[in-house]
Amino acid sequence: MTRQADTFYNTVLKSMILAFKRIIKTGFVNFWRNGFVSTSSVVVMSITLFVIGSLIFVNEMLDSSLNLLKDKVDINAYFTIDAPEESILAVQSTLEQLDEVEKVTYISREEAEVRFRERHKDKEIEIQALNELGTNPLLASLSIKAKDPSYYERINNFLQSDESTVSKDGVPIVAKVNFNDNKTAIEKLQKVIKGIETFGLAVSIVLIVVSIVIVFNTIRMTIYISREEISVMRLVGASDAYIRGPFVFAGIMTGLISATITLVAFYPLAIWLGPGTQEFFGDFNLFVYYTQNFGKMFLIIMSSGAFLGALSSFLAVKKYLRI
Amino acid sequence: MIYFDNVSKHYTDNSVALHEVTLSVAPGEFVSIVGHSGAGKTTLLKLLLAEEQPTQGAVYFHSTDIHQLRRAHLTKYRRRIGTVFQDFRLLPNRTTYENIAFAMEAAGRLDDEINADVPHVLDLVDLGDKMWNFPHELSGGERQRVGIARAIVNQPDVIIADEPTGNLDPINTYEIVQILKKINDLGTTVVLTTHNKGVIDSLGKRVITMDSGRIVRDDATGRYVL
Repeated sequence: MTRQADTFYNTVLKSMILAFKRIIKTGFVNFWRNGFVSTSSVVVMSITLFVIGSLIFVNEMLDSSLNLLKDKVDINAYFTIDAPEESILAVQSTLEQLDEVEKVTYISREEAEVRFRERHKDKEIEIQALNELGTNPLLASLSIKAKDPSYYERINNFLQSDESTVSKDGVPIVAKVNFNDNKTAIEKLQKVIKGIETFGLAVSIVLIVVSIVIVFNTIRMTIYISREEISVMRLVGASDAYIRGPFVFAGIMTGLISATITLVAFYPLAIWLGPGTQEFFGDFNLFVYYTQNFGKMFLIIMSSGAFLGALSSFLAVKKYLRI
Repeated sequence: MIYFDNVSKHYTDNSVALHEVTLSVAPGEFVSIVGHSGAGKTTLLKLLLAEEQPTQGAVYFHSTDIHQLRRAHLTKYRRRIGTVFQDFRLLPNRTTYENIAFAMEAAGRLDDEINADVPHVLDLVDLGDKMWNFPHELSGGERQRVGIARAIVNQPDVIIADEPTGNLDPINTYEIVQILKKINDLGTTVVLTTHNKGVIDSLGKRVITMDSGRIVRDDATGRYVL
């Protein structure tokens, strides 16, 4: 009994392997012999994958330039002239424990003076005025960077109300927070960032959908040419899976070849655009990004190509299998 | 073996392709179906191949109602029927050999069987030297012989030939009919539709005459009467 079952499964397995082998071979031969049609599918598919890849690049560029902008936003809390250093450091460590805060930098009165002199070294009047005063009029400050620009309001409120910002005799040691000066700029920047992100997403989705529709139609056309063939196959008694297999395999081949072309084409393009992007976006270099993230790009482009090709072929053949 | 039980086929409400046709074909018979264009010959064959569904009635093959078969069984059923078409319907991107091998591959036959049977069946239709030619490199008569080779390679119970000589000159027509006769002599049932008076008269076998979707004559050793 077991032996019978074994033989049965062996036969089934053998015939499955045989069918698989034939599907691969037929798919390959069809792809090769329909040279012109296969080439045009590859061209259209390559353009689609190119669009998808470019959208990933554009997204990264936007992200990196937005981060650069976000990085430039911070607020400063100035402390009264007689605030003891340990109180200021205490405020710093309390701030650093907040979830919203990314980084707090302490600038002492002495350091503020050094920076002032450095910044105004060409302007004699300011330096002279400072020298004539005899004492250092500059205030110590904490420069605070939030994880997101929307957190600044909360940090400002914290600085105004927390007990660590009040001295032992109940006098506030925070003289001034320049949040209100920066408030409109911060809010505007937030709106711009949100707008760019939403717009970018919408454009990406539209472009991807359009390219998928074009690929789908191209592959459908290649299969339309074979509709007679499909009906003949049905009539000589080929099963649905056996008819569909070679088309799906050819679709996957189209996808993988196009993906290879796209990945290769990105390379000189990235070299060419690399310096330009570096100049324009600051710390983003397309070539560096492409080479460092090649594994990720390879996976995305290859799997998109194979998936698109297989799905389009699968759906397109379905239409002609009705007989 | 084949039994049409009171079968009607209406394409739209107005056009009746077949009207209450009852007909049976015994194993080993050679049946010719004649009639004008639009008489219902092709519809009859399409129903037999389950390419079309009957509007009324049923078609039986060895007591199985073929229009009740599920898709997987339909596939197996079609392997028991070999079909020859007027327009040959060869796969244009495949060689003679591959066109025939394809029908065997689709039936799940092993490579050894294919390697042995394809040359054999091509010799049978006298095309052994055109094995590696593509269909566009063959003449009409040669293409039709490939079509017949494809139809018989799986050793079907029935060969259905829908106007197989419709596109051929008299000499090729004669050759194709001789091949069909030979197949019938070896025991395979043949159902043939044709316009060709000469073919019918030379066969001297059963003739069914159709007109406007009905059977109007059924003669055991008929001649072409219209």
